[in-house]
Amino acid sequence: MGAGTPAYSLPESRHMPPHDIPHDNFLQDSAPSERVGATPRRALRLGIGGPVGSGKTTLVGSLCALLREELSIVVVTNDIFTSEDADALRNAAALPTERIVAVQTGCCPHTAIRDDIAANLDAVEQLEMLHGDVDLTLVESGGDNLTAIFSRGLVDVQIFVLDTAGGDDVPRKGGPGVAMADLLVINKIDLAQYVGSDVDRMLSDARDRRDGRPVIPTSLVDQSGAREVAEWVVAQIAARRR
Amino acid sequence: MMLIDGRFPAGGHTNSAGVEAAARIGDIRDEATLERYLIGRLATTGRVDAAFCAHVAALTDPTDAALAEIDIEYSARVPSPKLRDVSRRFGRQMLRAGSMVWSGPIVEAVARSESDAHQPVVLGAFVAAAGGTPHDAAGLSFHHLAAAVTSAAIRLLGLDPMTVAAVQARVGREVDQWMVDADSWATSPVAGLPACGGSLTEILAEDHGRWDARLFVA
Repeated sequence: MGAGTPAYSLPESRHMPPHDIPHDNFLQDSAPSERVGATPRRALRLGIGGPVGSGKTTLVGSLCALLREELSIVVVTNDIFTSEDADALRNAAALPTERIVAVQTGCCPHTAIRDDIAANLDAVEQLEMLHGDVDLTLVESGGDNLTAIFSRGLVDVQIFVLDTAGGDDVPRKGGPGVAMADLLVINKIDLAQYVGSDVDRMLSDARDRRDGRPVIPTSLVDQSGAREVAEWVVAQIAARRR
Repeated sequence: MMLIDGRFPAGGHTNSAGVEAAARIGDIRDEATLERYLIGRLATTGRVDAAFCAHVAALTDPTDAALAEIDIEYSARVPSPKLRDVSRRFGRQMLRAGSMVWSGPIVEAVARSESDAHQPVVLGAFVAAAGGTPHDAAGLSFHHLAAAVTSAAIRLLGLDPMTVAAVQARVGREVDQWMVDADSWATSPVAGLPACGGSLTEILAEDHGRWDARLFVA
């Protein structure tokens, strides 16, 4: 590109957010959930993130099992290494095969949901176009660290899943996932007694970090454990359609 | 430069440009073998991509028929169906992200193509829309490939990023010998553009696309 004169200019209406965007500026109601100029779409796009082994795939499977009768659901999974998550969901017959797509993230699961959402966005749009009637698009991130968060360009709302057995000090450590996710799920509370984790402390630390946004403790040993989360998801879809 | 910056959200970080497959068979093991691989790729598929990118960057308002011919000619140079599919996917992703920044008749023409445009075609169109020359387009195309190869090698093999940066700079100077063709690529009939893809690249890509456990799209 020639030096001197800029060959392009950004439309004035588009804001580039600062890198260190304060949490207060990132509340759901102030963040755009729809791309400027995009045609209105039906599906609620829901991101599910959290550390490795916290139960993201199990939660996705449970939500599919609980909601598939009433909602048209598709899933994009980002397992960093194999198509294992997609296979697990297919094998559990949570959804028909053609409703689940695995996306490769080039060793960088957080990049694929936050900085460069192209591969995920492409998969989401292709799936929604293929099925047409989609009510709920679940995007499951690969297991990552506490700083991972979904871009608002990829999902409308997001859930962050923590493992009770992963250490009861994790909610206190905070980070964007814990602090900013629209819903925080503290999973595997059935394991607390075996690993000496204090669930009450995890819940109260999490609430301190989250400025009033909800926290739900779960045990997903069977699918009914996700019922409260499923109700939250249904409420999000209803709120979006109002 | 934004277009081929690794942080531009067009999905480039999910492309290893064959490095994942080449590392699996031991073709890339260290910085020296990476350098050999990189120069091999730039000299083969890299030249094909750069030529098509430069050719498209010289167009201002192409007809649908002209773009269809370019699509057929590029597709013919990529025998692997999986690689063609990946190229169209990266093209689609770049088109989605780039359309938020650059516009113009050429971008509109590429966007209404019947089949999703290949990645070098989309890159060329954006270079044109941004006011760049065919020479700029060829250079960006080579750099795009070199960056994909080196960053994937760092992530997959744990190579020293500083040594790899030096490899990339050294190999980059070799590219000058092909860059002199950029202006002739711009004016050449499409059928006359280089057709020097690498057969091993295609075979490995087909194999890679069948792996159950892979980190990269290609």
